[in-house]
Amino acid sequence: MFWKKIFKRKDENKEVTEEKAAVQPDPKSSEPEEPPKPEQANGEEAPQNFFQRLKAGLSKTRQGFVDRVEQLVSGRKVDEELFEDLEELLIQADCGVPTAMELVDGLRDRAKAEKITEGDELKLLLKQEIREMLEQYAQPLKESSATPYVIMVVGVNGAGKTTTIGKLAYRFKQEGAKVLLAAGDTFRAAAIDQLKIWADRVGASFISHQEGADPAAVAYDAVNAARARGADVLILDTAGRLQTKANLMAELGKVYRVVERELGRELDEILLVVDATTGQNALSQGKLFGEAVPLTGIALTKLDGTAKGGIILALGNELKLPVKLIGVGEKYTDLRDFDPAEFAQALFD
Amino acid sequence: MAFDNLAARLQETMKKLRGKGRLSEKDVDEALREVRLALLEADVNYKVVRDFVKRVKERAVGEEVLSSLTPGQQVIKIVNDELTTLMGGTVAKLQLASRPPSIIMMVGLQGAGKTTTAAKLARLLKGQGHRPLLVAADIYRPAAIKQLMVLGEQIQVPVFSMGEQNPVDIAKAAVSHAGAHSNDVIIIDTAGRLHVDEALMEELVQIREAVSPHEILLVVDSMTGQDAVNVAETFNSRLDIGGVVLTKLDGDARGGAALSVKAVTGKPIKFAGVSEKMDGLEPFHPDRMASRILGMGDVLTLIEKAVSTVDEEKAKQLAHKLKEAEFTLEDFLEQLEQLKRMGPLDQILGMLPGMGGMKQLKNLDVDESHLKRIEAIINSMTPEERRNPQIIGGSRRRRIAQGSGTRVQEVNRLLKQFEQTRQLMKQLTGGEKSRRKSKGLFSLFR
Repeated sequence: MFWKKIFKRKDENKEVTEEKAAVQPDPKSSEPEEPPKPEQANGEEAPQNFFQRLKAGLSKTRQGFVDRVEQLVSGRKVDEELFEDLEELLIQADCGVPTAMELVDGLRDRAKAEKITEGDELKLLLKQEIREMLEQYAQPLKESSATPYVIMVVGVNGAGKTTTIGKLAYRFKQEGAKVLLAAGDTFRAAAIDQLKIWADRVGASFISHQEGADPAAVAYDAVNAARARGADVLILDTAGRLQTKANLMAELGKVYRVVERELGRELDEILLVVDATTGQNALSQGKLFGEAVPLTGIALTKLDGTAKGGIILALGNELKLPVKLIGVGEKYTDLRDFDPAEFAQALFD
Repeated sequence: MAFDNLAARLQETMKKLRGKGRLSEKDVDEALREVRLALLEADVNYKVVRDFVKRVKERAVGEEVLSSLTPGQQVIKIVNDELTTLMGGTVAKLQLASRPPSIIMMVGLQGAGKTTTAAKLARLLKGQGHRPLLVAADIYRPAAIKQLMVLGEQIQVPVFSMGEQNPVDIAKAAVSHAGAHSNDVIIIDTAGRLHVDEALMEELVQIREAVSPHEILLVVDSMTGQDAVNVAETFNSRLDIGGVVLTKLDGDARGGAALSVKAVTGKPIKFAGVSEKMDGLEPFHPDRMASRILGMGDVLTLIEKAVSTVDEEKAKQLAHKLKEAEFTLEDFLEQLEQLKRMGPLDQILGMLPGMGGMKQLKNLDVDESHLKRIEAIINSMTPEERRNPQIIGGSRRRRIAQGSGTRVQEVNRLLKQFEQTRQLMKQLTGGEKSRRKSKGLFSLFR
């Protein structure tokens, strides 16, 4: 069963530590079984393993955040001013004011308890704090043996839903699953074509209506087509919408209900796709999308493009929404399970 | 959300600071602490916030507090003035060539809304009598060209495409195509990029050099966080952008990115995307954005309007007249004019302290055309009649009705309601409790 492979890979990743990454140059060790098709090279350079790619993807964030933490703490004594400076840095990384304050409070308590006086030691503590905060809410994709495994993807305009779906489809495909993509974005011009191109690229089957059709009707057909074609995985795209548009959110609720009804059970995953460059509005997105459909987690995209990404902390901490997937590059394989330990490691090394 | 009650907390803070002649450092610090949080919460870049708050503090300490405001309100007023100044004050126009064709280049991060904005802009220009040409130069994102084609068809604007060839060549070819087809504005939709992507950035620079655009618009998602500063800086330093388009403003993002972008590049924000529909592109109003970012719209609007429209001296005189029940139709007319200057009436009523909570005002549908009729009636009276309405008898009423193009009944009603209002005003000045009865005056506007 392809499930095992998917979920096992996550466990492997957990063990990847700095040392392992260094002594594990075998490029294919954690690559998907099949080499990527030539037309999808996406400007690929020397192949790296997952951890190195994650590190590369997070390099911006590392430079923008951790390096500055380092500059800040090095050679300084631990005092209130230093904590305030750290809080500033966290806010600058899009953590949001409440989360930044919480992190620094935790840091302050810990530093006091462990009698830390040198600023340099704070860096390690901060890494632990961040890791622990992330771990509280991290979760892998749900395991399930029911077919079709159904993922619904929602989000605001331009968050990267379609691309995320393409990458997810590739990943399932690599695990040997039969994947069906459903073009539920019937609103935006050429959205259907965009998803079709992805389906063709990764070798997934595809179902769509014409532009302007009722997305709930697409969803209905998608579930039935998935059954008829014996698909293992159904991924349903939806049109991007701003969370404040009540009518569009109601439409989303309807699509969800149709899928649930036709499926006869809960959907396996309802992922909110969030652009990592988003600021505090991501919280409003999580909250309002969550009111429209029962979100199961977040896919955070474009992490490689931002020096910030602190919103990943705020989302877990304030909304208790687990970040399940992160996009750290443009390659097909750059959509990854989110692993807090690994993430913290890649961020701080 | 954590700061939903920010405006409420600010009000709290402001209440504490009362009745002082000049702003003390303590007043300013207290109010600015809330302002700082408000700005951070709106995703304004931290450094921009710090500089901004510092500047406001320098200006505010020691400033005289207007008698109509509390010290806290006074600080907020200064904050808003400074914000508006920083945002650019006036609406910035699109840079077009003196000799057509004008070339406009759309640049920005992935998912900011370039393609949609390009089409919206084309539609806007078409409506102004231009003959725009859209150019599909995003050859990377799957179906981006198709998207522009579909949009072009929707808005009846031609789209130039050469498939997935070199974008620089596409841009050059588009310019000669436009010349041959008498298109006077060329809008080039470029590929979205993460600004880290040096190769794509270089491509943009090449397009710029190849066609020398008259306007380069950076499209920025209004939901962008602290990174907006780096995005704007990178694009501006590489391309020397001419302005910014802020998209997705119809959501609930406070749009602090706007302030960050303006602060670091000095380039104006020219348009705002306010709907998914093709007509959803509007000129950007910096003053409105300032209060949105601050998230204290109600408080601010009231402060602004109280300060800018009500002449303090006149207000004093009026208060005196009210007390003595000398309130005349002339004063009433003046009040109406001031009210009109303040903006839509139903909004004003909602903003008045104490009024917002009054249930009967919640869904008050104020018909402004009634206001015009009232004005017309009063204008048709002689000064003597306005000062002394008691002298208006039957024939004067007919004359006034004729002069104002209304009917005698309307004149009667106005006079009756005015008399009620005058009585009411007398009560009002007597104490807060009687405010509930103030239906008389407002029923005039329905």
